[in-house]
This record gives sequence, C-alpha cells and structure tokens, in this order.
Amino acid sequence: MLSRRTLMGAISAAALIMGTPAMAQDELFIPLVSKGFQHQFWQAVQAGAEQAAAEEGVRITFEGPDNETMVDRQIDMLAAALANNPAAIGFAALDSQAAIPLLRQAADAGIPIVAFDSGVDSDIPVTTATTDNRAAASLAADKMAELIGGSGTVAVVAHDQTSRTGIDRRDGFLDQIEAKYPDIQVVTVQYGQGDQLQSTEVAKAILVANPELDGMFGTNEGSAIGVVNAVRELGTQGVTIIGYDSGKAQTDAIREGLMAGAITQNPVGIGYETVKAAVAATKGEDLPKIIDTGFYYYDQSNIDNAEIQAVLYD
Amino acid sequence: MTTVTTNAPASIVSKILAALMHQRLLAFASLIVLLIVFSFASPNFMQMSNMIAILQATSVNGVLAIAATLVIITGGIDLSVGTMMTFCAVMAGVVLTKAGLPMPLGIIAAIGTGAFCGFCSGTFVAKLKIPPFIATLGMMLILKGLSLVISGTRPIYFNDTPGFDQISRGSLIGDVLPFLPIPNGVLILFIVAGVASYILSRTVLGRYCFALGSNEEAVRLSGVNTDRWKIAIYALSGAIVGIGGLLIASRLNSAQPALGLGYELEAIAAVVIGGTSLSGGRGTIIGTLIGALIMAVLTNGLRVLSVAQEWQTVVTGAIIILAVYADMMRRRKAA
Repeated sequence: MLSRRTLMGAISAAALIMGTPAMAQDELFIPLVSKGFQHQFWQAVQAGAEQAAAEEGVRITFEGPDNETMVDRQIDMLAAALANNPAAIGFAALDSQAAIPLLRQAADAGIPIVAFDSGVDSDIPVTTATTDNRAAASLAADKMAELIGGSGTVAVVAHDQTSRTGIDRRDGFLDQIEAKYPDIQVVTVQYGQGDQLQSTEVAKAILVANPELDGMFGTNEGSAIGVVNAVRELGTQGVTIIGYDSGKAQTDAIREGLMAGAITQNPVGIGYETVKAAVAATKGEDLPKIIDTGFYYYDQSNIDNAEIQAVLYD
Repeated sequence: MTTVTTNAPASIVSKILAALMHQRLLAFASLIVLLIVFSFASPNFMQMSNMIAILQATSVNGVLAIAATLVIITGGIDLSVGTMMTFCAVMAGVVLTKAGLPMPLGIIAAIGTGAFCGFCSGTFVAKLKIPPFIATLGMMLILKGLSLVISGTRPIYFNDTPGFDQISRGSLIGDVLPFLPIPNGVLILFIVAGVASYILSRTVLGRYCFALGSNEEAVRLSGVNTDRWKIAIYALSGAIVGIGGLLIASRLNSAQPALGLGYELEAIAAVVIGGTSLSGGRGTIIGTLIGALIMAVLTNGLRVLSVAQEWQTVVTGAIIILAVYADMMRRRKAA
C-alpha cells in the first residue's frame, strides 16, 4: 500500500519533469504575471512580449490566474516567480494594493518590477507600460456624444472596480460626459466582471429597463461583446455601441455596423515595451514613469487601415 | 457493511486510530516524494522563501478544506465554503472599515457570520431534509450575491485598521526565530487543524460526525437527536470558514467581494486527495492538510519549473482521480 501511493506520486512527478524545458543559466529570466488568459487581449500581449524576448535574447514566462477575480492566486504566482530569482518581473495587478508587500520584498531583493496594463498604487515599479485609459475612455465619450447628437441617455457596462484599468476607463468616460456634455445623462453603470455571458445579461437588463437608451459603452472586450450580444438577442434598434479592444466578435460587429466603433489599445506594444523596459532596468538604465503604448479609435471607415490592423487581434 | 455500535467506544477509537495511521502514511509519503522530485528538478525550489510561499498558498485553501472535511465526514458536502469565506470577509470589512469598530469585533464578526451561515445550511439539511448538495449550492449562490450587495460590488480595504494584515502576513514565529519567518496565516492553519483534529477524535461532536456519516439511521434509532448534531457540525464548519475569510481578507488587506466562486472545488479536491471518502464515515484532518499541501506543492513546483500553466490543472485533476482510485483499491482489499 505504501508503494502504490508513493508510486503514484513518483510517476506524476516524473511525468512533469519530462515536460520541463531545459534551464539555460546564462539567459536572463523575466517572468510576466498578467491578469489572466480570459481574453485574446492577453494572448496578444504575450505575442508582443515573446517578440521582444526573442530580440533581446531573454527567457520569459507568461502566466495569469484563471479569472480576473482571483487576486490571491495572482499573488501566489508572483511568489513562485520570485523563487527563481528573476532578473526582472513584469506584473499586471488585479488589485492595485494587494500585491504591494510582495513587490516591496522583490524590490528589496534588487529585482526591478515593470508594471503593465494595470499599475499599482505605489512607486515600487520602475515604470508602467500602459495605455492612458482615462484619455482613451474620454475619447470614447467624445465619439459617443458625436454619434448620438450631443444629448440623450447612455449606460456603461464596465468590468471591475479594483484594477486601474477598470477604474480609469469608467471614470474617464463618466468624467468627460459630465464635464463637456451636460445634455447627456448616464443612467447607470453596471459591472459584468469582463465575462461575456455575465455582461450580456447585465446589458440586457439595462436595455429592458431603459428602452429609449441612446448609447452603451463597454469598457473591455468581454463587456463590449456582452453589449453586442444583448442588442442582437433583444433586437433593439437605435442604440449606439462603443466598445474597447478588439477580438473577432467586436471587429465583426463593427464591420456589420452593429457596433459604431471601438477604442483599441496596443496589446502587442504593451507586451513588447514591458519586456524591453525590464531588460533596460536590469542594465540599470533610467526609465520614464509611464510608457504610453497608445490607443486609437476605429470604426467601419478605418478598420482596414494598416496602422489599425497592426494593433487589432483576433 | 458498516454499522455503528454506540455502546462499545473502545472499538471505534481503535478503528479510527488504525485508519488514521494508514491514511496519514500514504498521503505523507506522496508529499515527500513530490518535494524530493521537485528539489532535484529545480535548484530554486527548495529555498526557505519558496517553502514559505507554498505554505502561504496553502493557508486559505487548507482552512476551507478542513471545514469541508467535517461536513463531508457526515456524508454531506459543502459547496458554499468559497463564497461563504468571501461573505465573512465582507462582514469583517463592514464592521471594521465601514463601522470603524475595533479589530477584535471584526474577527468575531467574521467567525460569527460563518457560524451563522453554517447554522442555516445545517438547518436546511437537517430540518428541511434538503440534500446537502442542493442546500449548500443554494447557500453558495445566496452568499455570492450578498457579498456583492453588502459591499456595493467594491472591495473593502482595511487600511484604517492597522495590524489587520498582520493576522495573515505578520510572523509571530519570525519575531522569535528570525531564520524561520513563517507567516501567521500558516500558524493559524495549523492551530485550526490541531483543534479540528482534537474535536474529531476526542469529543462527542467528533464521534457523532463519524457516526452520522457511517449510518445515520442507526444513530437516529438509538435515540440521538441527529438534527441537533448535524446543525452543530455545519455551524462549526461555518465558523472555520469564517476564519478562512479572515485569512484571505488579511492576506489581501481587503475584502474582494467577487472572489470565492471556484474555491470550494479546490477545497474538496484537497479533502479527497487527503483520503477522506465522499460517502462519509471516514476521514482525517491531517489527511486533508496533506492533501492541501500536495496541491500547493504541485502547483508551485510546476510554476517554478516553468511548466505551461494549462498543464497544471490537468495534472491536479489526474492526481485526484488516481488518489480516489488508489483509496478504493485499498479499501476493497481491506474489506
């Protein structure tokens, strides 16, 4: 009996080791802990990161928790990444405060942290590679106002309230509407956790409660797709939808005319700049506080332009 | 054939002790093998900081798994441990941050909330005769929603309660022995495990836990008020989940209201790997603890080896199936 359970443990462990990549000791190792694999967005970030890693000759890993609520799992991943004494770390915080003690530990050990996508409420990271989400969401508000004629009612389907991106995109949109468009009323802000199904139900409820709604803004890929699904399923007419990021569902919706337009970040650029910055940090170079990776508004008219296509992903 | 003899306590005790011995050795051996294998595979695995990271990662899941063990031994199951943990964390947040009350009250609030929720689940199962799977499934959804409602869907930070994060992150052991900075969260896990183990093996409540799981009808026919004992067990389990809520809130220095769904499956996985049978009547806390450690060691080891993330859950799932199968084989041979 002792041997059976032990054998089982040994077999499983042996199987794991056979899948282990050989560790090159002279290559710099930079683990990236992102917010998850939930959206194709993160796959695009990974692609950019791997591109930079190949150029710089460093080894990276890219991991994230199963969904964007698992704040403590992300911290466990960060702790495991630190165990390998990396040259630097890339980190996209799910919660802007929860990981700070661990980051401080890493900084004390001399490991530079490069924040990406969502920053942290601290000056520990040497730089943050991100989109200026406030400005991007403000642009979305401007476009929304333009499309609905400067007055009417809108609603927001946001993803979360704990990460920097969630807070900044929601506030960027709301503040711009309040500041420049007094005739537009935001009837509600609801949260779908970035999950398509949840966001669909949330958007449907908003549409049913506000049948004369003029516009809806989805603050990330999952939220925006949820809004599109809701409008499709209810058959509602006359709602102007503005989304965020890309992905096949959104780009198809824009081509069809169901979605008016969307803000795209530069996910490949985010991944790329993060790794580049991490390598620069290991060499002791000075880095700017924020690396603005840029954003664009795209709709049916410019979706096929080369510059837009370069930052879209499927 | 499993029968319970309530007037021959000596045989039950010796039976339980024998099972303890057996299961403890099996699971423990697997854990040691894993540690050895990972240490050879990566020079970075066996460092103090990584061992502490593994223990820290186990603390919350371990406490939830201990709570689940109690219920599973009675032949039930508790799907609500994940969201109940979050709900208790949110209640601590309400008491400490929103109402500004002192820390001990927040701690009592979390544990008390857990005990109350457990009491409710136990009542649904015992008095209303709702199957535990359904009762705790309903509870899981109710608490998931209530967490979001009460917190206003925002995380509640504990910045105004200095020292709260020390419950999990601080290190009393480290203050005394600087080379052993074991976080308090881990210390709490082991204390909870010790107390639960004592309750299971040395108290009447523990005895009835096993009895209800082996043959509830026989216990009832012996004139014992099974309803009362069941509710007590669920309430105790809930109180332990409340401690889990404190741990996660302290670890993140915030109550994250959207978190928790899915954590119950990891807790149950730890219970199963540790050798406790889902049909009830048998189980040990030490087995659960080792099951939780095995999962944490596996996950951490694979991460340190940079094995692709997608494969980590594949391995865990395979281990669960192997563990249950090996356990079934062992019992079939013993019978």
